[in-house]
Amino acid sequence: MGGNKVVNFLRKYMMLIATVIVVIVFYFITGGKTLIPMNIDSLISQNAYVFVLGTGMLLCILTGGNIDLSVGSVICLAGSIGAILMDKRIPWPVAVAVMLFIGLVVGIWHGFWIAYVKVPPFIATLVGMLAFRGLANIIMQGKDVPVENKSFMNFFGGSDSCYIPDFLANVGKPIKLGDVTLNKTCMVFAILLAIGLILFTFINRARLISKGYKVDNIISVIIKTFIIAAVIVWFGYKLACYKGIPTAFVWIALVLAIFAYITTKTTLGRNLYAVGGNEKATRLSGIDTRKVMFSAYTLMGVLAGLAGILVIARGQKASPTIGVGFEMDAIAACFIGGASAYGGTGSIGGVIIGAALMGIINQGMSIADTPVNYQKVVKGVVLILAVLFDVMMQMKRKGAKKAKNVAASEKGGAN
Amino acid sequence: MAKVLLEMNSITKTFPGVKALDNVNLKVEEGEIHALVGENGAGKSTLMNVLSGIYPHGTYEGDIIYDGEVCEFHNIKDSEKKGIVIIHQELALIPYMTIGENMFLGNEQGSKWCIDWNKTYAEADKYLEMVGLTDSSKTLIKDIGTGKQQLVEIAKALAKHAKLLILDEPTSSLNETDSRALLDLMKKLKSEGMTMIIISHKLNEVSYVADKITVVRDGSTIETLDATVDDISETRIIKGMVGREITDRFPKRHDVPIGDVMMEVNNWTVYHPEFSERKVCDDVSINVRAGEVVGIYGLMGAGRTELAMSIFGRSYGIGISGILRLRGERVTLKSPKQAIEAGLAYVTEDRKGNGLVLSNSILRNTTLANLDGVSKGIFIDKDKETEVAQEYVGKLRTKTPSVEQLVGNLSGGNQQKVLLAKWMFANPDVLILDEPTRGIDVGAKYEIYCIINDLAKAGKSVVMISSELPEVIGMSDRIYIMNQAKIVGEMKASDATQENIMACIVGVKDDVPVVKVNADIEGSEA
Repeated sequence: MGGNKVVNFLRKYMMLIATVIVVIVFYFITGGKTLIPMNIDSLISQNAYVFVLGTGMLLCILTGGNIDLSVGSVICLAGSIGAILMDKRIPWPVAVAVMLFIGLVVGIWHGFWIAYVKVPPFIATLVGMLAFRGLANIIMQGKDVPVENKSFMNFFGGSDSCYIPDFLANVGKPIKLGDVTLNKTCMVFAILLAIGLILFTFINRARLISKGYKVDNIISVIIKTFIIAAVIVWFGYKLACYKGIPTAFVWIALVLAIFAYITTKTTLGRNLYAVGGNEKATRLSGIDTRKVMFSAYTLMGVLAGLAGILVIARGQKASPTIGVGFEMDAIAACFIGGASAYGGTGSIGGVIIGAALMGIINQGMSIADTPVNYQKVVKGVVLILAVLFDVMMQMKRKGAKKAKNVAASEKGGAN
Repeated sequence: MAKVLLEMNSITKTFPGVKALDNVNLKVEEGEIHALVGENGAGKSTLMNVLSGIYPHGTYEGDIIYDGEVCEFHNIKDSEKKGIVIIHQELALIPYMTIGENMFLGNEQGSKWCIDWNKTYAEADKYLEMVGLTDSSKTLIKDIGTGKQQLVEIAKALAKHAKLLILDEPTSSLNETDSRALLDLMKKLKSEGMTMIIISHKLNEVSYVADKITVVRDGSTIETLDATVDDISETRIIKGMVGREITDRFPKRHDVPIGDVMMEVNNWTVYHPEFSERKVCDDVSINVRAGEVVGIYGLMGAGRTELAMSIFGRSYGIGISGILRLRGERVTLKSPKQAIEAGLAYVTEDRKGNGLVLSNSILRNTTLANLDGVSKGIFIDKDKETEVAQEYVGKLRTKTPSVEQLVGNLSGGNQQKVLLAKWMFANPDVLILDEPTRGIDVGAKYEIYCIINDLAKAGKSVVMISSELPEVIGMSDRIYIMNQAKIVGEMKASDATQENIMACIVGVKDDVPVVKVNADIEGSEA
């Protein structure tokens, strides 16, 4: 049984452990440069789109390993139209609404073909990938469109204004550490978050115990909670040492939180997993599987629209080539994070780890001056390793489970 | 005394922490049909996997002596070279390939660089003739029924020059006629000198075909019965399997009065979704009352599943016509969702394919058909959901460490209980149970029967579709007999015997209401 526990532990936390190892390796290769506050900050801002797209992609993958190839082109389409609107002095909230609406329409378009006409998702979204890119370039006439609207950038994080202002800067004395001033809002927020997490974990645990449910071992809960809390505080500290909380981070956190909730606590989330696990059984359980597929692609569209907003804000322009290859980053993040290529398993937590791991490797290699082409090779190798590990662990676990079942049936007689 | 072809001596196979086989001995003589029986999880399949090299030499203890020499098989190829061929329960044929292509898959005829198709098909036809199959070897697998597919599997094994044939539950998906044909084929092969091991749950078939019966229980061989000297009746075998005598195979019904007609189907006609001129249900009329268990007996392919699924929100078939009444009121159900809302439940015969989401937990499967019952709006109340799942695990005595266990890890009987729990939680008035005890062992069957009785006691209407005669007679209040898309008879369970039910199907007896069976309709295939 001991071996089984180790296997389960490794399976659950392997990618997390791998991420930590990768962080440490790059820390030494680059002489500590990867962990300076500025780089941690850019890690988030640069990869914001991967988190947002990965979340949407997860929904599609859950329904049965279906992917959406069009998201890069949708970013370009939504971004170009948004940029042009703002260039024409249309108020930025209107432009934002239009961009989200474009994402929604694209999502409905894909959802319709895939769920109701039964066009294979690969083909339907390949069509989108080609057509929307073309459409965007027609609209932009092949030229860059700059984004100069200040309040838009304040809101979605562009250039110097991509941080949450330090509201608490004038409360008490400024905290100086060497030559940097600590961003107090950021630090306070991180500490509150950590305390909140600890309180929530233990209150919830007490509630479960009072209801007579099985709970995890108290020691492992304590260790786990405090490690997470420590990471949050450390992360907050690093950000506070630079310019504070990046605006993009708020958007990522919001998207991840909402979709973590949807996938775990709502009927829609439940249905996504069920459709991916066994579509026929789900349909015969009275669930409209077409609607579930439709919802997945519609939400993906909206999230692609949001990613488009974040991308043009950060780049301060829309260009004909923005978003090229983004779909692959999102797909890779999902699979590295443990989503099954056949659907039915995967989680938002996995997407976070997958996206973070990819981002860390990208950035680490850039700082270590690895040539760009080599970087791609490394990314490919990481993807196959992650999936390979998952497959191997699954086989091991199956072997262990099988043995366990035999044991159960031996003890139980007729079961 | 005939020569001993195979001897397995003190085989012990250990999985991490568990002994799946404990000192098992098996002796098979040349030219005999040897049956292996035992409850699910008793170790029959493990033993056969050891024999065929799926568990390679070195992963188990003990010796395999085959044809006078000690064998060390490292994979299936090794054992096949010696002439040991295993036919698995789930047919391993590729639907869009021809019979010939399937038969020689991995055993291609011709040179290494060029497949000789003429030789392939000529050889294939030769072996097909041996198993009595008249279809051309160029027919696609998807176009022939499961009965014939099973024969193709056997032909495939013969083409590998099998000397010892292992059949794992060969008749589990066959109807009675096809099963009988298969068993007779086995007898014919035996007379030609073939040695066979058959694993089966269907004890009547075992008694019919086997020369020797070895009973496996909890990973050990309990006894070997010889048909020529021992009593090999079903009761005797069951006694060996469970270590106790099951005197009552069917639990007593609770004495509850039967109420009003709950569901009534009149003149129900359904056409096949692909072959649109073929009727799968032809002018069927049935009804079921509250608190009543109605059995629908019919061979596989008679149209029973098609009838049930077409009633359940038109989830099967096209061109459906007829009248459906629930509680006296005419209703039209266009989707499973509407059917569930109207108080219907269909518990499928194919629990892995159509019933359960194997990659999800017991909890999630239990509430899948009635998520609204545990949620407010779109938000799921996790605590309530856990309570519900635990309640049903307790009520149905599902064996599991927790409700978070993945359904794919449960045994067949327990999976069936989860499936029943799911539909019971949907709180229907009418439950249509399609082969509720297929592929589960004797002990679990009894528990399922108890659940059915409890449902009837609670005033539910139960329609039980089954192709096991004793089950239909033992469990039902009333029985419909279905054959070739039509209802060919209806009788009270108290009047029913295996003989007069079969008589309805072959259409010879006069004292039961027999609707003339149209002889033109092609032999029904699943």
